[in-house]
Amino acid sequence: MASAFEYAPAPESRAIADIAPSYGLFIDGEFTDAADGKVFKTLSPSTEEVLSEVARAGAEDVDRAVKAARRAFAKWSALPGSERAKYLFRIARIIQERSRELAVLETLDNGKPIKETRDADLPLVAAHFFYYAGWADKLDHAGFGANPRPLGVAGQVIPWNFPLLMLAWKIAPALATGNTVVLKPAETTPLSALFFADICRQAGLPNGVVNILPGYGDAGAALVAHPDVNKVAFTGSTAVGKEIARTVAGTRKKLTLELGGKGANIVFDDAPIDQAVEGIVTGIFFNQGQVCCAGSRLLVQESVQEELLESLKSRLSTLRLGDPLDKNTDIGAINSAEQLARITALAERGEAEGAERWSPACELPSSGYWFAPTLFTGVTQAHTIARDEIFGPVLSVLTFRTPDEAVAKANNTQYGLSAGIWTEKGSRILAVANKLRAGVIWSNTFNKFDPTSPFGGYKESGFGREGGRHGLEAYLDV
Amino acid sequence: MSDRTPERLTVFKTYKLYVGGKFPRSESGRVYEVTDSKGNWLANAPLSSRKDARDAVVAARKAFGGWSGATAYNRGQVLYRVAEMLEGRREQFVREVAEAEGLSKAKAAAQVDAAVDRWVWYAGWTDKIAQVVGGGNPVAGPFFNLSSPEPTGVVAVLAPQKSSFLGLVSVLAPVIATGNTAVVIASERAPLPALSLGEVLATSDVPGGVVNVLSGRTAEIAAPLAAHQDVNAIDLAGADEALAKELEIAAADNLKRVLRPQPVDDWTATPGTDRMTAFLETKTVWHPTGSLGASGSSY
Amino acid sequence: MPTTAPNGPSAPTASAAAHALSDVTASDAALRRFLHGLPGVDAVGLEARAASLGTRSIKTTSKAYAIDLAISMVDLTTLEGADTPGKVRALGAKAVHPDPTDRTTPTTAAVCVYPDMVAVAKEAVAGSGVKVASVATAFPAGRATLGVKLADVREAVAAGADEIDMVIDRGAFLAGHFMKVYDEIVAVKEACGTSARLKVIFETGELSTYDNIRRASWLGMLAGADFIKTSTGKVAVNATPANTLLMLQAVRDFRAQTGIQVGVKPAGGIRTSKDAIKFLVLVNETAGEDWLDNHWFRFGASSLLNDLLMQRQKLATGRYSGPDYVTVD
Repeated sequence: MASAFEYAPAPESRAIADIAPSYGLFIDGEFTDAADGKVFKTLSPSTEEVLSEVARAGAEDVDRAVKAARRAFAKWSALPGSERAKYLFRIARIIQERSRELAVLETLDNGKPIKETRDADLPLVAAHFFYYAGWADKLDHAGFGANPRPLGVAGQVIPWNFPLLMLAWKIAPALATGNTVVLKPAETTPLSALFFADICRQAGLPNGVVNILPGYGDAGAALVAHPDVNKVAFTGSTAVGKEIARTVAGTRKKLTLELGGKGANIVFDDAPIDQAVEGIVTGIFFNQGQVCCAGSRLLVQESVQEELLESLKSRLSTLRLGDPLDKNTDIGAINSAEQLARITALAERGEAEGAERWSPACELPSSGYWFAPTLFTGVTQAHTIARDEIFGPVLSVLTFRTPDEAVAKANNTQYGLSAGIWTEKGSRILAVANKLRAGVIWSNTFNKFDPTSPFGGYKESGFGREGGRHGLEAYLDV
Repeated sequence: MSDRTPERLTVFKTYKLYVGGKFPRSESGRVYEVTDSKGNWLANAPLSSRKDARDAVVAARKAFGGWSGATAYNRGQVLYRVAEMLEGRREQFVREVAEAEGLSKAKAAAQVDAAVDRWVWYAGWTDKIAQVVGGGNPVAGPFFNLSSPEPTGVVAVLAPQKSSFLGLVSVLAPVIATGNTAVVIASERAPLPALSLGEVLATSDVPGGVVNVLSGRTAEIAAPLAAHQDVNAIDLAGADEALAKELEIAAADNLKRVLRPQPVDDWTATPGTDRMTAFLETKTVWHPTGSLGASGSSY
Repeated sequence: MPTTAPNGPSAPTASAAAHALSDVTASDAALRRFLHGLPGVDAVGLEARAASLGTRSIKTTSKAYAIDLAISMVDLTTLEGADTPGKVRALGAKAVHPDPTDRTTPTTAAVCVYPDMVAVAKEAVAGSGVKVASVATAFPAGRATLGVKLADVREAVAAGADEIDMVIDRGAFLAGHFMKVYDEIVAVKEACGTSARLKVIFETGELSTYDNIRRASWLGMLAGADFIKTSTGKVAVNATPANTLLMLQAVRDFRAQTGIQVGVKPAGGIRTSKDAIKFLVLVNETAGEDWLDNHWFRFGASSLLNDLLMQRQKLATGRYSGPDYVTVD
């Protein structure tokens, strides 16, 4: 970083997000305490400051919420699609109006930079509701036959990495198709979902159509197992995803899973190098690498490895890590102490197994959960850091000699969510994209998302697609 | 068996498995007795073991690259060829289906005809399904974005227990039409039409390993397939409720795509696309576009 | 505050040093192969990176620093058919004392005029440290014979120009005659002698593609350019964040390979302080702090200066300034 031109701090005002000292569960249009009175604290991962105390849902609350959703289902699913559409349009608009507040809130609760919540999360959240709003009265034309019917009550469990965006991915298509929902946000990031409950109130959404149950894994498990749930949608770890698949086995519950990944970002020797470097940075350092589709394995053609790594390292030296509310921050905090411990342990494993570790000179704040951008060179397919999902700002660099070798290495994983291809040769892009076993292929770009674009994995990255026309299927009885 | 030519003893057929384009006996060396609906002996069918299942998966995996990489037009030609070959052996299948399912000759013939027509139906689908379920997505940015369906991989298929031939074809054809390869467990009680189908496939330009047919105890063969880490999906059409649940739990180990058993009253009804889409993945590819415009250099 | 340039070029120039890449200009074919072998540019990715750097939020002390730095980097320009000695003298005065009410305001880097105005400009800025830059080589079209172009350069240098802003032969470039373009730059460089630094203008709006801009950048640097410059300001598309970012990547990479540092000058279309600061962020995060000096980075602009001055007054007084509080020249 240049010493002559330091950017002074440019913090976004946190006052815009008015966080109450405590929140209840949102069931049947009202905030209520948990049946057993349990609560938990949610922290700001960048400071470890307690943001609020939130009711913790248990099995009894799950039952209450499912019953509310069931009661609401008859009327909601009987509404003309055009009316459901208008509710969703209202929600989309209110999200746009309140996007600055929600961006600050999300940054506080999650630890990700305001630059990302402001420029990526929130615009995508609003766009997602806007997109599915339009489908509500056009389902006859979606390619699932005439008058496709909703499933009923959807139980949805979402992760902490994109709390509000994952909520949008779950709730927007569910409501558009006429289902009602019970959604459990992650225990480290409950706040934006609770603010969303308030948005539902402002939009006049009928009671019980959306129910929000902050809580831990036990609440999620109870929701998934509840006999009156017709649809289960989960985004999170592959291990939990498998457990859910076992739970719903033998039932009529429809299941979609969006799970882990170990995305390969393949750079050929004829790549547009400067853009590839940006794509690598976006691929693994966006949201501190806590992204299921992160490009966590860099596969670089051996002939350009040196040149590329040199450029990459000097680029990493310009990354600004620190206060997530500072508009100039590129790298924010890790979401939780638990996640930080996992990243730390896997990085240590990488070193112990002989890979070479490098980080730019980078001062970490004294409180909060932080991990410096890290890359490992000399990594082979046999290294743990080339196989296990780290879910942090850690890039494993591997090399290849030929396109066939690149494809073989890229596919050599139990996952199959995302991959990147960097080359100026069009036919190579198409040939390689064709052979990669992954649900989303970014060629000469990375980590791009859009509500119209279906997202989801092959193999153990899960099944079903979210987004686009494809995303409707998960919520229709087809 | 006819008794008008007592001086000549008919030649029985030894029914064998169909694995990797070859006709092996069961690795177990064991067979089981197959009878008609009245309990009369028809033949001995191979009693497949776990190892036969394993070999079939290896064959199906080996065949996947070539079959999924073949052009959709080519796959359509091959499936149509299956219909042609089947038509030529119509009488044999009418007899086998009649014996297997206790049907009159006319009813059995209707089943076989419907099965032939089903191959034709799916032959026509191979180069259309991508257009129906894939397409361009209008993303809000300077990107070309295309979603296309791709086959899931190796699919274990538990053929329907009652409809020994039309049911079998109705679950098998959609799996391979889209480029998957299959390991099929024939109807336990009535496996002979399925084993004979292997002979048709072998002479129909279907590459070896694309379809592998096993006979034996459904539950015994299905268990290792459901747990197999190199099987990508499983169609539970031929499983009862208890077995289906058990297999679905086993299938979760590598997150197989599971098609649960659905009640089918009439296999002759025109199928929709569901049996194809159940074993298709959606791949979405992004690429930047430039913009040609007054903004100047942007490409 | 780097408001004054170092004394003369500090790094060897390409024509003087037999640098690592000298063999690529050995023949027309070698040069073509080299230029076409440069990594491609993905337009969307380049523009996205430029836009993302544009979202940097520069406040308080950093902003004051950036505004003074930007003022010190302005090549205050008048290139009109209607230029008169009076107009040029006024411009010179403005360059020396951009804000007559505040003598702490840095001077601009240079004034930039047509060759026949060099002598007038030289006199107007005498003793101030402000350089005189002259466009030459049949600016802006560059459609003249080499002899005419070289005479144009020699006269400007003889009249005292410290810097020559030449235009490349875009026609030759687009026709693929890279060696012709190269030879012409070498000849102009020679005509500049040791006293004048050479800025090579590509007219990026006419080169049209980013790949061409990268090739032109390397071509210019190989031929001995002291600066590479986007535009004449006379066509529809001039300096943009994306094409400037691309040229900054080129000078960064060229120095890494040859050890020779080359300056960058975006020109045309940069009118507000906000824009100028975005360009400085590009410099800071792409080429690095070594380029944050008016010896290595310039803004070719005229109206930009007054906006910088109004912003400077706003920072000093806390009030928004207005056009009546800066001089109209």
